[in-house]
Amino acid sequence: MTSYLVVESRDPFESHGFVRRCELAAALQADGASVTVFLVENGVIAARGSARRRELEQLARSGVVVVADEFSLRERGIALAEIAASVKPVALDSVVEQMVLGVKVLWN
Amino acid sequence: MSKSLTFLLMDAPYEQSRTTTAFRLISAALERGISVRVFAYEGAVSLPVTQQKPHANALHGRSLEEEAHPTPQAWVSALLEAAKEKGITLDWVNCGLCVDERGATEVVAGVRRGSPADFWKMATETANTVVIPTR
Repeated sequence: MTSYLVVESRDPFESHGFVRRCELAAALQADGASVTVFLVENGVIAARGSARRRELEQLARSGVVVVADEFSLRERGIALAEIAASVKPVALDSVVEQMVLGVKVLWN
Repeated sequence: MSKSLTFLLMDAPYEQSRTTTAFRLISAALERGISVRVFAYEGAVSLPVTQQKPHANALHGRSLEEEAHPTPQAWVSALLEAAKEKGITLDWVNCGLCVDERGATEVVAGVRRGSPADFWKMATETANTVVIPTR
């Protein structure tokens, strides 16, 4: 099975591309791939529960794993308690781990 | 781990957070004993330029020492040094045409000049490649 890591670095309220990337992740998952969406930099704005990004909830329900860079969260003052249930905070090292395993990384 | 990874960087220094993220990723790989190959393309060839200078922060009344603001060239040097200490490789290649266009010829020790063909070689010789594009 092909695995993808979709890295999203853009603020979802600033870039329409965020929704497109979520659609891409959902399409890859529906096509039989294993997909993880990694939120980093301003992409972690979407991780806040109060952001109410339905795209992330839908991704999680479809089996896509959604994670957010702990450092980017801290940089933006987003406490772990504020993060949506569908998002798991992780260290950036996990990108390296995925790369070593041969996961295809798409950076946006 | 003995695998190596390739990173293609494109952003010029002081432009995007993604350069800092890229440095963090390269550092994380080196910390794990993974050799790294970097192909710096377009504005990214200016990351290791030695003419970069830190400065004081007059607005906040901080001296150069108090500000302690690292430059990208210092980060590149630190990563090259970290690889050396670990006994692994950080091969940093600056795109030659991009260097000539920008006059970015004075770079830290350990950075070499190459061409996009080097990126192709890196991508085929390493376990995985990530392209971190400009916005």
